[in-house]
Amino acid sequence: MQHLIIIEHGRHERNYWRDLWRYRELFQVLAWRDLAVRYKQTVIGVAWALIRPFLTMIVFTVIFSRIAHLPSDGSAPYALMVFAGMLPWTFFSTGLSEASNSLINNANLISKVYFPRLIVPIATVVVAFVDFLISFGIMILMMIWYRFLPDWHIFLLPIFVVVAFLTSIGPSLWITALNVKYRDFRFLIPFIVQFGLYVSPVGFSSSVVPPEWRLIYFLNPMVGVIDGFRWCLLGGQSELYMPGLVVSLCVAAFFLWFGIRRFRATEKSFADLI
Amino acid sequence: MNDTVISVENLSKSYRVGHLSARGHRNYATLRDVIARGVRNFARQGTDMLRGRQIVQGDEVEEFWALKEVSFEVGQGEVVGIIGRNGAGKSTLLKILSRITEPTKGRVLLRGRVASLLEVGTGFHPELTGRENIFLNGAILGMTQREIRGKFDEIVAFAEVEKFLDTPVKRYSSGMYVRLAFAVAAHLEPEILIIDEVLAVGDAEFQKKCLGKMDEVSRKGGRTVLFVSHNVGALKILCPTTIWIDRGSVRGRGDSNAVINEYLTQSEVSQARFIHLESFGRQQSNESRVRIVSLEWLCGLPVRHGEPIQVRVRFRAQSPLQEFSVGIGFSSLEGVRLLTYETDFSDGFRPNIPSPGEHSVELRIDSLPLAPDMYTIDLGCRSGEFHGLDYVSSGARVEIISGQTTPGNIVRKGAGVRLPSRYIWEFAKP
Repeated sequence: MQHLIIIEHGRHERNYWRDLWRYRELFQVLAWRDLAVRYKQTVIGVAWALIRPFLTMIVFTVIFSRIAHLPSDGSAPYALMVFAGMLPWTFFSTGLSEASNSLINNANLISKVYFPRLIVPIATVVVAFVDFLISFGIMILMMIWYRFLPDWHIFLLPIFVVVAFLTSIGPSLWITALNVKYRDFRFLIPFIVQFGLYVSPVGFSSSVVPPEWRLIYFLNPMVGVIDGFRWCLLGGQSELYMPGLVVSLCVAAFFLWFGIRRFRATEKSFADLI
Repeated sequence: MNDTVISVENLSKSYRVGHLSARGHRNYATLRDVIARGVRNFARQGTDMLRGRQIVQGDEVEEFWALKEVSFEVGQGEVVGIIGRNGAGKSTLLKILSRITEPTKGRVLLRGRVASLLEVGTGFHPELTGRENIFLNGAILGMTQREIRGKFDEIVAFAEVEKFLDTPVKRYSSGMYVRLAFAVAAHLEPEILIIDEVLAVGDAEFQKKCLGKMDEVSRKGGRTVLFVSHNVGALKILCPTTIWIDRGSVRGRGDSNAVINEYLTQSEVSQARFIHLESFGRQQSNESRVRIVSLEWLCGLPVRHGEPIQVRVRFRAQSPLQEFSVGIGFSSLEGVRLLTYETDFSDGFRPNIPSPGEHSVELRIDSLPLAPDMYTIDLGCRSGEFHGLDYVSSGARVEIISGQTTPGNIVRKGAGVRLPSRYIWEFAKP
C-alpha cells in the first residue's frame, strides 16, 4: 500500500507539485491534442500562423512609421522593430486568451476526471509557443532580407522567452479561475487583449514615451518583455532601460504568484461550478 | 486479504441551489414586477461576485445537502455495488471519491491508485482519429503512454474497430464510438476502480461483453471495484455486496440480493390505488409546460392478469399544448420494459390541450396481458411525435396477481406478457 490518498475539505495536498510531475504525460498529450486539432479542417492550415503576424506587421509599419512618422530604435529598420515587438506580444495575447478559456473548453474533462487542473491552462500556452516559433522563422527571414546581423545579445533571448511565458501564465491562471465562476470574463478577455496591444509598445518604440512617465509605463509587464526582445534581436540599436525592466519583472512575478495562489484556492470547486 | 482500502467517514456535501420563489410561479404580471425582480437578482448576484461566491440563478438561494454523514468501508478485492434513486447522492459520492469535487465535511481514505469511469469516452476529440483518441483517452484516464502502447492491439481488438483506426471519430457510428471508449477504459489497471453507469450504453451484445470483462477484471485482477448502476440485474451478477444510498445517506448495506430486494420493495415507489407523482423526482426537468400529477387505479387493487383494468393519469398544463399524448409503460423489477400503452398508438389521435389546468386521460384495457409478478410503471407525455414533455421513471409499482383465466403453470417469475394466439400443429407420421 504505497499509495494513500486522503480527501478532506480544504485540504491542500502536500504532494500537489509531485502530482503535477506525475501527470506530465497528460500534459504532453493535452498539448499535443490542442496542436493537432488547431488547424484541422482548414484549407491553408499552419499558414495561418504565418499570415496573421505578417499582415499585422505590415499594417503597423505603414501606420506608425509612414503615417505617424514615429522613430525606430537606432538605425534598425522599422518593420524589424515592429516584428521584434510582435513576437512576444502575440505569444502573450494568444496564450492569455487561449488559457483563459481553457478550463471552460475542457469542462467535460474537469467534471469527469481528476488531475491537477494547472495542466490545462499551461498546456494551451504550448500551442501559443509553437505559433511563436513559426513567427520566429519569419523574423529570421526578415533579418536576412534586411541584411541585418544581430550581435551576441541574441543568446540571451531564451531568458526573455521564459519571462514572456511566465508573464502570460500569471494573469491567465487568475482569469481562467474566475472565468469558471463568472463567465463575464469570457467577454472581457478579447477587450483586454485589444486594449493591451495599444498600451504596449508593439507598433512603436518605448523610447517615444516621455522620460518622466517611463518608469510608470513599465508597470505594464509586457513593456519590459518587449523591450527585452528588441534588445536581444536588434543588437546595439535598442537600449534596455534597466530600472524599467526590474519594475516589469516585479509586476510579472507578482501576477504569477497571485495567479497560482488564486488558481490553487479555487481549483477544488471547479467541477461544481463549471 | 481483508484490509480496508476505501474508508469513508461522515462524508457530507452541500451545494448552493437557487429556485424561483413561490410568487415567481405565477406568470410575471406587470412590467414593474419584471424590472423589480431583475434589479433584485442583479443586486444579489453582484454582491455574491464581490464576496467571491458562486452566482445562483433564481430568486431564492438555499443550501442543499447532496450527501449527509455517509460512512462505509470497503475491503481489498471487494466488488461493491451502489444503488439508489436518481438524485439520491450516488454521483456526488463518486465525484468525491474520484477527487473531482471536494466534500464539505468528513473525510475519505483511499489506499492505492484510483481510476474512475464516470462516463465512457471522456475527453474524446471528434476531430482526432481512433488511434489518436486511444492515446488521448488513455492518458486522461491515467495510463502511461507505454502502458497504452503495450495494450494497443488488445484494445483495438476488443473494440472491433481495426478498419477505422485512422478515421476521425466524428465519422464513427455511435456504436463504434462507445465500443472504442469502453475498450480503452476496460484495459485500465488501477487498484481501485470506480464505475458509474457506463454500461447503460451500447447494444445488448456489447453490454454483455462489457459485463464479462468487468467480471474478469474484478475476479482475476483482485481489484477493488465500486460500481454504481440502475441495472439491478448487472449489480446482482457482478457485486456480492451492495450499498443502498437514499436521500444522501446510507440506508442499507450487505448481501446484494437482500439489499436490492429491499430497495425494490421499500423504495418510495408506492403501490397504492392513488399515487401522487407531482413531487416525484425526475431525471431531467427542463420542460415545465406540463407535469404528470397522479396515477389512479380506477378498477381498484389488486390488479389481476387477464382481467379488465382502468387507469387514470392526471396532468397539469401550464400553457396550451399541441398534439398531446400520454404513455404508460410496465417494466420488470430488473428494469426491462415489457409492455407500453400510448394514447396515440392505435389511431394517431393527439388532441390539442386548449387551456392550462388539470386534465386527465383514462386507459381502459379489456384483458391485462401481463403475467402475475411485480412491475414498475413509467409514465410519460409528449407533444407531437417526438417532443417529450415529462417523464416519470419507475414512478409506481403494481403487483399483478392471477386472474380467473390464468393457467396454473405460469410461474411467478419472468412470465412476461401473455397474449392469446393461434397455432397450427404438424405431427410426424408414425
